[in-house]
Order: sequence, then C-alpha cells, then structure tokens
Amino acid sequence: MADLHYLTAAEMSRALARREISAVELAEAHLERIAEIDPGLGAYLAATPDAARAQAAEADRRIARGEAEPLTGAPMQLKDNLSTKGVPTTCASRMLEGYVPPYDATAAVRLAQAGAVLLGKGNMDEFAMGSSSETSAFKVVRNPWDASRAPGGSSGGPAAAVAAGLAAYALGSDTGGSIRQPAALCGVVGLKPTYGLVSRYGLIAFASSLDQIGPLARSVEDAALALNAIAGHDPLDSTSIPSPTPDYTAGIAGGVRGLRIGVVPEYLGEGIAPAVAESVKAAVGVLESLGASVEEVSLPASRAALAVYYVIAPSECSANLARYDGVKYGYSDQSADGMWAALDATRRNGFGPEVRRRILMGAYALSAGYYDAYYKKAQQARTLIRREFQEAFRRVDVLALPTAPTTAFEIGGIADPVVMHANDVCTIPANIAGIPGISVPCGFADGLPVGLQLLGPHLSEAALLRAAYAYEQASEWRDRHPIL
Amino acid sequence: MNADPKHNEQTISVAQVRQIAALCRIGLTDEEAEQLRGEMAGLLDEVSVLQEIDTTGVEPTGHAVEEVRSVMRDDEPRPPMEREETLANAPRREGAFFRVQAVMDES
Repeated sequence: MADLHYLTAAEMSRALARREISAVELAEAHLERIAEIDPGLGAYLAATPDAARAQAAEADRRIARGEAEPLTGAPMQLKDNLSTKGVPTTCASRMLEGYVPPYDATAAVRLAQAGAVLLGKGNMDEFAMGSSSETSAFKVVRNPWDASRAPGGSSGGPAAAVAAGLAAYALGSDTGGSIRQPAALCGVVGLKPTYGLVSRYGLIAFASSLDQIGPLARSVEDAALALNAIAGHDPLDSTSIPSPTPDYTAGIAGGVRGLRIGVVPEYLGEGIAPAVAESVKAAVGVLESLGASVEEVSLPASRAALAVYYVIAPSECSANLARYDGVKYGYSDQSADGMWAALDATRRNGFGPEVRRRILMGAYALSAGYYDAYYKKAQQARTLIRREFQEAFRRVDVLALPTAPTTAFEIGGIADPVVMHANDVCTIPANIAGIPGISVPCGFADGLPVGLQLLGPHLSEAALLRAAYAYEQASEWRDRHPIL
Repeated sequence: MNADPKHNEQTISVAQVRQIAALCRIGLTDEEAEQLRGEMAGLLDEVSVLQEIDTTGVEPTGHAVEEVRSVMRDDEPRPPMEREETLANAPRREGAFFRVQAVMDES
C-alpha cells in the first residue's frame, strides 16, 4: 500500500476492515516515521510507543470481533494540554515538565473508547498562548511545507503532525484560532466547535470563556468522525451543552445547493495578503458554482474582537494560572528562603516570557480602577459582536473569510507581540461569539497553503462540515502533501 | 491604531508593573520590569480601541452561548482520588502531606 501515512482515517478504517493491514502495522509504520522525520519537525513533545502498541493490539482484537467503530485503529496525536493519565502532560511549559496527570481528559477517554491509537503528545505554544508555536519551552515546530517557517499556533504540533503524515488526525484546542490558524498554515482541516459542544474536562485551562477542543485532520470527513467521537454532554464539565448531538457524517455529502454564503469585506481587504484574499474568493466562487448563493455581509463590530480578546483572554489566564504554586505538582523553586520568595521564584522561572506577560496584563485589566475600563468594557463589546453575528445569520447560513491573513511566516520573524496578535484577526471573532468555525485548504500562495474559513451560528457544525466537504471534493488540494 | 509613543509612556509605569508582578507572585529583575513596561504599554495601546466603542446600556457577555448555563448537581458523595495519586506529583512531600516552607515568620 503506497503512502500509508497519507491515508485518511476513513481510508485506514476501510483497509483495516478488509484486513489489508492491521492496526499494529499502522501504528508501527507511524512510530517509525515519527522517529525518522520528527527530529527535524518538532511536532511531538513525546511519542508514546507503549500506549500505541497496546491500543493498536486491542484495536486489532476489536476488529477481529467485528466491533470496530470508524476510528478504531487509526493512530492520532493529542495536543499536550489534554490530560492523559499516566502520560506526561506539559503544556509545553517548564511549569509542568514531568507532570503526570492522575486522570484523562474526557475527549481522550471518548477517543480511546472509539478505538483510537495514541501516538504521542503534540508540541504547542506554552499554555496555548501564541500564534506560532515558538513559545514552546522545549523546541520550536517547523512547518512541513517549509522548515524555515512556523506552523502557526498554538496547535502547531498537531497541525504539523497531521500535514506530515505523523498522525491520521489530532485533537487541538482553540481559544482565539489555535486549531484553525495552524490548520490553514499547514494545509489541513481544522474545526473549532461551538463553545460547550466538546467537554473540556482535563483540558488544562487558559481562558475559560473561550477555550474549546476540536479536531485537525487531512479530510473533512475525518474531522466529522473525530467530532462524532468527542462531542456531547459531560457531567464533569459544567459548561458542556446538555443537548444530544447528531451524526456529523450523515449529511456531509448533501451539497451546498441553496446554501446562503456571506462574504465579509472587512476580511478581504486591508491587512489581508492579496494572494490569500484571491484564493478565498476563488473558493467561494467554487461553492457558488456548486449551487450556493453569495452575498456580501459586513461585520464592522467584529473588528474590535482582537482588542476584546486581548483583554478577556489574559484576564482569564491570570486567574487560571494562579494555581501554579510549586506545592502540589509541577515546577518548584525552593532555593530562596521563605514561602513568598519561593513562590516568586517558582512562577518567575516556571513560566516563559509570553505567559508571564499575559498573566500581568490580565491582572492589570482586572485590578481595581481598571476593571470597568478594560474587562467590563470588553465584555460589553463582546455583546455587540455576538449580536452582529446573530444578525448576519438571519441573512446567510455561513460566512466565508480567510482563516489567517497571510501564509506561514518565518520562524523568529515576528518579534513584536502586537504584530503577532494580528495573525488571529480572522479567527478570534468566532471565539468571542462562541460560534463554530472550520478551516479547509483552499490553495497555495508561493508554495504555502491557504485556508478558507467558514463560520456558522451556534451548533451549526453539520452545515459547516457539509459546505467544507462540498468544497474539498470539488478541489484537488487534499491530494497535495509536503515533500519531507 | 498606532498611538504616538509618548501616549504609551504614560499608560503604565515601572512601579505599576512591579506592583502587579508582586500581586501575581512573579519575581522580576529591574531589566525585566523595564522591558515589560514597554511591552505592556504597547498591548494597552492595542486594546485602547475599545474606549472608542459606545457601550452605553449594553449588558456584558460572560460567555456567548445561551445553551451553556451554570448547573448544580446533587450533592452525592463520590470516592475521592487515592491519596498516593494525589501526592504522586508533589515536588516535596513528607509522609501523607505536601511539604511547604514556613508560612508564618518564626519571630
């Protein structure tokens, strides 16, 4: 079987069912490829060969019993902010180096129940704070399409692993674009579900009103299969949505005839690379030729989403990261004398500069005298953005815009944090409004992938997947892979 | 969006950075405090566009999905995590306890 590692999970599943290959063989082939290629890529913080072999053997027994589910035996990666019992989970931070969670994230449990095979833990920006994966305390991730460039972030490891054939699919987290932006920059599919659709139990918290878990995959169908496995209410997450979830693959091939698409002029002009805007317009043209109708929908209030985010996310981060005290788990610097000095040293040396800066920014925005001007003001602006999307979705079913304003940028090329933030200008509005978004490959500019982003109202994942699938099937991008 | 640097100079002082860092329990060198002052001034400038938005009478949004509500569950006892599991990641322990430095001054 040629190019085993570029089969989709659905194709692997069919090959497994026909006994053309075993899950153990699939796992071994991937582990070999990781050992061969990942030293130059940095997509994995740790491979988990023992877990992979055991789960693959169990998957083969399950297939033999005729009890396989669609993802049974397909090897995958989990971003390293998803807790895995007995497997180190670091958030790419010195603060959690060597930390071994005593429990599994619900999303990890559900994938395991579906027969998934864990290959390892994905590299990322430290505590998911960044847009390039360069803030990882351990190593940078390189873009499989050009090793001098960043894969995007914060789920840069998952995106690079999926693009390079080092995993069939992966789970990431998306607080301001951390699934969709790296998916776009690495040429894979990335889905951020509606806030609350996927349980966050065991996801190490960054910004609790924004964080959401979702899949990265090489096909839209695989993203739907992964969402099928992880979506749905969980009593262990009080913010998970209690309603039942559909089969996201059921109507996926239903086409876009009659679908109303809104193109957003604010995200096709200034600040967006012309080649990116052209690719996105061409992709919308393809959807139109397949029977969708297209109209312009302006979202002026959403332009404030970046500022809203950079108040709300640091504020929530400063609260969530207060727990790291060097007492119960994680990094601990006791070289200084006295409890307070030890605490200062632990948090100074355990967190990297980006995380420290966000904690301080958040604490400042929440502090007495500034709360109304920053945090409350941002939450009010959030209401205006949410309403603007609600209005837009009375007129159209989905919104189409770029996922990222540019293609992948040079590693080390962006030093100013404010410039780095602009990478998330197209993705952050969805997190602010809690709505789902999907990025699907829509072409190349100078040899680097471009992503088309589709946004829909709350719980419209099935419609987004159907539209993304229609575009994917009408294009040829998913047959292209990086030369490694 | 790029306000002049003088505006940034006034946004936040080194003393304020030091005060916030003390509250957050993050030790800083003088050099780091100075560098952070400049970076945080830039970030505050980035979010200053919020002040131009008319939010009179607008309710704040905590999170944006109506289906998500705070829920209560029945207060039924469940088995706690095993003691050894709880202590397994402790940087310093003594028997069944987390070991910490003295909290009170011994004077």
